[in-house]
Amino acid sequence: MSEPFIEVSNLTIGWGPDALLLEHANFTVDEGEIFAILGGSGSGKSTLLRYLIGLERPLAGEVTIKGVGHPNLEVGRPPFGVMFQGGALFGSMTLLENVVLPLTEWVDVPVDAATAMARAKLKLVGLEGSGDKLPSELSGGMKKRGAIARAMALEPPLLFLDEPSAGLDPVTSAELDDLLLTLKSVVGVTLVIVSHELASIFKIADRCILLDKETKSIIAAGPPSQLKESDDPRVSDFFNRRPRAA
Amino acid sequence: MVQSAPTSAPLEPRGKGPPFSIARADDALRLRGELRVDDAAAIWKGISDGLADAKQGRVDLDFSEVEVIDGAVMSLVVQARAELSARGVRAELVGANERVQALVHLYGGDEKPARRQRRKAEGFVEHVGRATADVLAALRGVVSFLGSMAAAVVGVLRKPRSGNFGEIPALVERTGADAIPIIVLLNFLLGFVMGFQAARQLEKYGANLYVADLVGISVTRELAPLMTAIIVCGRSGAAFAAELGTMRVSEEIDALRTMGFGPVRYLVLPRTLSLMIVVPILTLFGDIVGILGGLIVAATTLKVTPIAYLTESRLAITARDVESGLMKSVVFALAIGLIACQQGFATSGGAQGVGRRTTSTVVTSLFAIVLIDAVFTVLYRVVGI
Repeated sequence: MSEPFIEVSNLTIGWGPDALLLEHANFTVDEGEIFAILGGSGSGKSTLLRYLIGLERPLAGEVTIKGVGHPNLEVGRPPFGVMFQGGALFGSMTLLENVVLPLTEWVDVPVDAATAMARAKLKLVGLEGSGDKLPSELSGGMKKRGAIARAMALEPPLLFLDEPSAGLDPVTSAELDDLLLTLKSVVGVTLVIVSHELASIFKIADRCILLDKETKSIIAAGPPSQLKESDDPRVSDFFNRRPRAA
Repeated sequence: MVQSAPTSAPLEPRGKGPPFSIARADDALRLRGELRVDDAAAIWKGISDGLADAKQGRVDLDFSEVEVIDGAVMSLVVQARAELSARGVRAELVGANERVQALVHLYGGDEKPARRQRRKAEGFVEHVGRATADVLAALRGVVSFLGSMAAAVVGVLRKPRSGNFGEIPALVERTGADAIPIIVLLNFLLGFVMGFQAARQLEKYGANLYVADLVGISVTRELAPLMTAIIVCGRSGAAFAAELGTMRVSEEIDALRTMGFGPVRYLVLPRTLSLMIVVPILTLFGDIVGILGGLIVAATTLKVTPIAYLTESRLAITARDVESGLMKSVVFALAIGLIACQQGFATSGGAQGVGRRTTSTVVTSLFAIVLIDAVFTVLYRVVGI
């Protein structure tokens, strides 16, 4: 059996011993799959993502990517790209400049080549004509797609996406889903997605985990279609969009 | 046919070197091996050099020996193809295996090469027109803001309970009490420097005692109000602009509006009022410590006793001198408050917009303070204050 792409072992995270979000979590992400982190509001999905990408240090446990512990984000080139929830595009730069930025930092190519590479990424995410716009001139969906283009600029084998479909209209959301499936199948990227957009998850995710706020643990793991049929009411209620019993 | 198409040796030998090679052979540019973004610079050089002599005809970009290629390098190949097309050379990507072909398709390598439209540079007339329109829009914004402010004042006067007066004590503490140390220190140093400069001149004429007159009148009428206003502008004005600007870009001001709160009444009035309360008080502190600074210079370098200095100050400084400075300071405060809040309300464009408006607040307020000071100086002279 091949080594997992990401391995999370005995991970405990939170803002201190009295404010834990997740205790002793274990899961793996395989290379080339779309893996979703699900859970209700406040269950710590986005916070878990921050620990996976090394922005926060866990209280206990370990996260390894391809068998290696987290790189120092201050000095090295991370082996992944990240799309933050609001896009986090730099407001002082145009969209094109945002995508060119990592290329100028890490790839020693002339400006025209870096620009061509960035324009290709913008075309890939359907923002071909918007490179000269500032982030403030973009809609929420365009910001998210622009952020994916920037995260993809250095061709990382792994992409983390925080709520990629949240707040998008159904058509844009479906287009984004198709883009993620294309990145997986054609480019071969492994994707870890934080979301609670079930329609999107059922369409694109190979496997997922469900976080529970009450028990501070992972209460289910597996393909979304299987979890929908779970015997655990907490799991089946979530996947079938049923209100919790009083 | 391509004009000059010599077969070239591989530009990057395989083996211990890079895991790829790029070689020109007749009507084809052969790419081999693993082409990844980490080698993008060398790959781009290889492609550019390999295609440098292609001026017309057809050149195939041969992918038949490409084992791995990523999207970044594929976009360079597509760009090279577009540049060839612009030079009148037909170029096709050939020989790709199924996996690579999927990436070729994804990056538009099998589409007709796109010709980028260069944006026409803005002409002089367009530039002047746009700048004029921007200035007019900014002026309209200022007039509109002042109108809203006037309406808010009338509204609060008619219905005092509608004013957000509860916020004023906290604002007074933030803009006033917290500013006392810096105001005291700088005004003291100002009086000290003023006294020192005056002492050197007055000593020559044996008019040592008159340093009290010079320091006292200049501090109360001009220097303390001006220095205090400058500090408040840099401290509280900038803070107001940044605070309201952030609220503006995060739609908090729009939220207030939708809840029926007039944002000018709710946010601008308390801030401006708090400054109008605080700045004269801070100016009064400035007057006192400024005179104290002059006293220390007189006592230490001019052999003027503190009692003599204070007696002379009392004779030289009239209530009207202090009042004239305090009146000015109220108008300074009004100007700082209005400019800071107007700039905050006009913010757009995220973090950069907030920074731009904060800078603009300080610069505009400083200009306004000096302008108002000049107007008051002339006005006092005319009415004999």
